[in-house]
Amino acid sequence: MQYMLLIYGDEANAATADRATVERISPAYAAYTEAMQKARVMVGGGRLRPTSSATTVRTPDGKPQVLDGPYAETKEQLGGYYIVDVPDLDAAISWAMRCPAASHGAVEVRPIWIA
Amino acid sequence: MPGESDQQARETAEAVARRSYGKLVAFLAARTRDVTAAEDALSDAFAAALVDWPERGIPTSPEAWLMTVARRKLIDAVRRRRSGEGAADHLRLVAEELEAVVASKPQIPDERLSLMFACTHPAIERGIRAPLMLQTILGFDAATIASAFLVSPATMGQRLTRAKNKIRQAGIPFRVPERADLRERLDSVLEAIYAAFAEGWSDPAGTESRRRNLAEEGMWLGRLVTSLLPDEPEALGLLALMLHAEARRAARRNAQGEYVPLAEQDPSAWGTQLIEEAETLLVRASTMGSVGRYQLEAAIQSAHVVRRRTGAADWAAIEQLYDALSAMTGSPVVAINRAIAVAETRGPAAGLATLDALADDARLAEYQPYWAARAGLLARTGEVEGAEQAYQRAIGLESDPTVRRFLEQRCWGLRGSGSA
Repeated sequence: MQYMLLIYGDEANAATADRATVERISPAYAAYTEAMQKARVMVGGGRLRPTSSATTVRTPDGKPQVLDGPYAETKEQLGGYYIVDVPDLDAAISWAMRCPAASHGAVEVRPIWIA
Repeated sequence: MPGESDQQARETAEAVARRSYGKLVAFLAARTRDVTAAEDALSDAFAAALVDWPERGIPTSPEAWLMTVARRKLIDAVRRRRSGEGAADHLRLVAEELEAVVASKPQIPDERLSLMFACTHPAIERGIRAPLMLQTILGFDAATIASAFLVSPATMGQRLTRAKNKIRQAGIPFRVPERADLRERLDSVLEAIYAAFAEGWSDPAGTESRRRNLAEEGMWLGRLVTSLLPDEPEALGLLALMLHAEARRAARRNAQGEYVPLAEQDPSAWGTQLIEEAETLLVRASTMGSVGRYQLEAAIQSAHVVRRRTGAADWAAIEQLYDALSAMTGSPVVAINRAIAVAETRGPAAGLATLDALADDARLAEYQPYWAARAGLLARTGEVEGAEQAYQRAIGLESDPTVRRFLEQRCWGLRGSGSA
């Protein structure tokens, strides 16, 4: 089954993080990503730019609306994602727990709807 | 006579249903992860059996017959539902695997333990785990479970459906966890079993048969787990705890239906056989070198029931066991019971001092046993007024009318006993 691991965290913290923190976290993600690739479970993934760069689009009644900013203002923001292909939820959870974000933010595990 | 064989077929089908419902659901669901579809297919198969067996006789292996029909129904149903979803290959694989297993094994493999672990997976909402297990392993319908758990049948039905959808959609595995996770995950299974048992046992008058059945089913599940995982001391401990509680069911009420607290129960009204069985289990668990919450709670019950031989409960042991349990759980309920034990070993004033240390816990403001314990200890130290106030709090918090009456009588007795 394919699962998306959605990485949530407080991007205000990330923006003000000192150099030491950044230097600690980046290699952790690199190692995590490599481990997923080596285990042949990673389908894809990516890091998102902060929500200040977001644009939200709606077309209610056919009238297009383009708004500056994210879909919803929340305390923790979606900052990135991985897509993994693993046998079951337990396997997906074990990968989510290894994600560096799990220790300071949250990782949501969502099955991907396969038609 | 057709009527007779009809009756017999019905009884056989029902007997098979009771004995193997969970086994068949577990076997089918483990391969599709679709509990609802497995349940539907089985209920169709049971209906077919009631038509077929009276005409053609009961098959040599009713279980295999049911499995064959259920498997066909399941595949039909899944094909209908998932047509166009590109699941043909998956279906063919499932069908072939089911076929192969049924053909090669004289007995359907028992995968109920895997089903129990799926029902109590951490991704399943805690409150629905026990109901889910009762439905999938024992075949209870939503209305029966709802009445036992005191919610509306519609609500219970929805919550059960949601949980089963979660199992399927989130890909919750049907598997006994690896050794590293087994103990922790087993805790959830045991917790759900105990929740089912407790719902049944708390039926105050013992008159609601549905809830009393729930206690029996809880014990049945406990026996099932200990038979499938014989080397897990906490599973043995939980079964021992339930058997101890069950042994005292009848003694909780006197002939007039009034509440009788443990300390005043007549030991000859306790179920000797159940107690003996519980003791044997507990001894076996204790040789396995891993103490846990259920073993401690069962051991406390043991220390209470030694009264049937010695005339007195072993309060020193009870206090020690509550000490250990308190350190393990940090539960205020355990702390109250520890204070009651302290009152027995070191006197009511020491018990009260132990209770006082808990007074800051806001949860106790609405916890009846705290106020009842407080009232009892205040009465014993001669503080009649304080005892009356505490009894009033306890009475106001109690929902069981017989317990309320008991507390009222104790409260009235405070002044009466002094002047009489």
